[in-house]
Amino acid sequence: MKLLEIKELTKSFGGVLAVNDLSFSVDSSEIVAVIGPNGAGKTTLYNLITGIYPPSHGRIYFNGTDITGITAHRAAQLGIARTFQNLQIFNNMSVLENVMVGRHTKSKTGLLGAIFPINHVQREEQEIVEKSMEKLSLVGLANKAMQPAVSLPYGQQKLLEIARAVALEPQMLLLDEPAAGLNSTETQKLVSIIYKLRDQGVTILLVEHDMETVMEIADRLVVLNFGNKLAEGTPIEIQNNQDVIAAYLGEEDFDAKSCQA
Amino acid sequence: MKDLVKRKRLRHSLIILFTALIFTLPFLFNNNYFLSVSVIIGIYTIVVIGLCLLMGYAGQISLGHAAFYGLGAYTSGILTSTYDISPWIAILIGAVGTGILAYMIGIPIFRLKEHYLALATLGLGLIIHVVLMEEVEITGGPSGLSKTIPYLSIGSLKLNTDFKYYFLVWAVALLAVILANNVVHSRIGRALRSIHGSEFAAQSLGVDTGKFKLQVFALSAAYASVAGSLYAHYITFISPSPFDLMTSIQFVVMAVVGGLSSIWGPFLGVAGITVLAQGLKAVVPTVMPNAGGEYEIVVYGIILVIVMIFLPEGLTSGLINIYEGWRYRKEKADETS
Amino acid sequence: MDLASQLLQFIFSGLTMGGIYALVALGFVIIHNVTGIINFAQGEFVMLGAMFMVTLTGAGVPLLLAIVLSIILVMIVVGIIEFGAIRPAKKASPVTLVIITIGLSSSIRGIALLVWGTDPYKLAPFTKGSSIQIGGASIIPQSLWVIGTTVVILTLTFFIFEYTYWGKALRACVVNKFAARLMGISPQKMSLFAFVFSAALGALAGIVIAPITYATYDMGLMLGLKGFIAAVLGGLSSTPGAVIGGLALGIIESLGAGLVSSGYKDGIAFIILLLVLFLKPGGIFGTSGSKRV
Repeated sequence: MKLLEIKELTKSFGGVLAVNDLSFSVDSSEIVAVIGPNGAGKTTLYNLITGIYPPSHGRIYFNGTDITGITAHRAAQLGIARTFQNLQIFNNMSVLENVMVGRHTKSKTGLLGAIFPINHVQREEQEIVEKSMEKLSLVGLANKAMQPAVSLPYGQQKLLEIARAVALEPQMLLLDEPAAGLNSTETQKLVSIIYKLRDQGVTILLVEHDMETVMEIADRLVVLNFGNKLAEGTPIEIQNNQDVIAAYLGEEDFDAKSCQA
Repeated sequence: MKDLVKRKRLRHSLIILFTALIFTLPFLFNNNYFLSVSVIIGIYTIVVIGLCLLMGYAGQISLGHAAFYGLGAYTSGILTSTYDISPWIAILIGAVGTGILAYMIGIPIFRLKEHYLALATLGLGLIIHVVLMEEVEITGGPSGLSKTIPYLSIGSLKLNTDFKYYFLVWAVALLAVILANNVVHSRIGRALRSIHGSEFAAQSLGVDTGKFKLQVFALSAAYASVAGSLYAHYITFISPSPFDLMTSIQFVVMAVVGGLSSIWGPFLGVAGITVLAQGLKAVVPTVMPNAGGEYEIVVYGIILVIVMIFLPEGLTSGLINIYEGWRYRKEKADETS
Repeated sequence: MDLASQLLQFIFSGLTMGGIYALVALGFVIIHNVTGIINFAQGEFVMLGAMFMVTLTGAGVPLLLAIVLSIILVMIVVGIIEFGAIRPAKKASPVTLVIITIGLSSSIRGIALLVWGTDPYKLAPFTKGSSIQIGGASIIPQSLWVIGTTVVILTLTFFIFEYTYWGKALRACVVNKFAARLMGISPQKMSLFAFVFSAALGALAGIVIAPITYATYDMGLMLGLKGFIAAVLGGLSSTPGAVIGGLALGIIESLGAGLVSSGYKDGIAFIILLLVLFLKPGGIFGTSGSKRV
């Protein structure tokens, strides 16, 4: 079942075509990686899907519904969660509170309930805390729940962002360069978390530069170059694709080492 | 989770302690000076609590809050003196009306980027001040309302002394603190703080940032309006002059100095600045006999600059840091002994 | 006076105040473009220029020398402020920076109050003479000085920006601060330069307007606000916009006060502010002021 479908997606900023006539789809429970050099349009693609801005042309379908041009918070309500390339954790809150915000769409208490916290409001709070701790355990940060989020080292902040996004119980999770800045141990941990999430039924879209990791975990790849789709296929197909090799000429990662998929 | 419960208990006990203290003080210091200063502190605290919700939690600045304060005062003043409406109903009308006005004005304002947002609130405040001055038919213009504003009464008890008014004002102020505290530690409060932390991330987690900002803005305007109404029934006379840019800035100073991210911030900020101002009123005339009352602005200005450079998180964070520093040193000492 | 003459009269007074607004607005835009700071204390530079003039001419210093000295004094004061208050706060959030400049504005105003008191001071016009009649409307010589000074200063500023190293370096910072730094331009020096240059502009504005409007310790507040509104009107990132915004504001204000209601004169500027912010926050020439990704 196609969970996400992108059709002829185009976005231009002034005269710059950031994304041009892009079409591809993602099936449920797939792990699809979007790769391409910097400036290829990957983050723009994410911003379009998650409603940060509308496309200039084209359509986006999620679960069969046309979500082109919806607002960001609506996208979240529909079950699309994301992490950010440049880390957007809430510096003014603790680790646990960060994840608790992720439960926003799964809870209902409004202003009235906030002012007068009667029984069912308190129970909802309790549930939010429990579920949030669950997600923190998933990424291995449960013991740091009460610490200020800023006190975590970089690698753990990235994991925190994932826990927070997952607290949304999304159908689809968009990861934006989750492995950037992580050492190999941390990257291993990231990979196992991604597999765990997939096993729980989350569909994963992954923007990443770490070719080794990408080739290891992705079911399929979409290669972007200057906003256009250069190629699409399984890791092996992509590694043998002449156009991709030409575009990446000089890239160290494209050698025999990463072909051991 | 024990940690969370422990913190909640600590917070609640502090609030109870504070309440007890506040209600005992007037019996200990039953003189006009203390009572009148305390009433004003109470009234300003209500405004600043609302302002802190807006600035500290939603991270939006307002340089025009004196306008909402003034609207509350004038609504109460006009409705009770000219139209004989019950003061309590007038307060409610003021709060709801000001809240709605803020919500509607907020819609175009909150589309703007930070600087522009601040300026729009500045412009709003200035325009309302000008209107209060110019619409002489309704407001009495620069000389203020011509009719005296009646006192508030609870049943047959007329609140016409500083002593009685103190309890009313502080009851409202404490209620405001408790309400704000509940909001902050709720789903709504977290959503607000997340907007301050990172608006994009908040949106990506389903927080309708636009709607929330408007709601906080309206709420903070309503708080200011209630405070304004209390002011009107205290002084029983109002003119446009207390509701100008200087007062808006004063509120911001108090909010910032107290600390924007704590529920105690507003009180500390208001109390601190007021005590300082009173102290200066006493000291300066002896040092500089011909300085008028306007030297206050110098002091506000200099305080503001110094605090912003060295202690941008305000007094409460400063105090918390001192406390934690002390506790850290104590632990270190315990370890080595 | 017939309507045409009346209108002309309003336009004259509008151009006079407009010139002042343009100078203040220009100062705002320069500082904002180089440092990103909204300088709420800009109006106080104007006030300081006027007050220094009062003191110096009162002490018998000849006019031209007093003008030069006043400008230099204001530049020094602002330079010290930039170094002492703005620089240490460089990393602060926009909210904090706004508050700091508000605090500075209050501080400077308060100190001026202590030094010069609340009395308004009269400054003699640069040239003596009675008003000149043009087309049925009269214009006093000092107004011509204001307009003339504005034109000269704007031309001078244009040349500085186009043809001198410092001017070009300033513009480079506006366009791309990082690249400018790579070229060896120090953003700190540029920040200081921006502030000091704007100080000179503000001081000059105060010096030429004081003979018309009296010099008081709190004259900076309104002038600063309106200069700022003019900058927003023209587009905070555009120098020609600032100038046009200033002139436009001056004229609209004058016409509004004359034709509609003089009580709401100040209100006109504020309403323009809100209209601009709501309809086109980028101003006439600027970019969109609403949120970008």
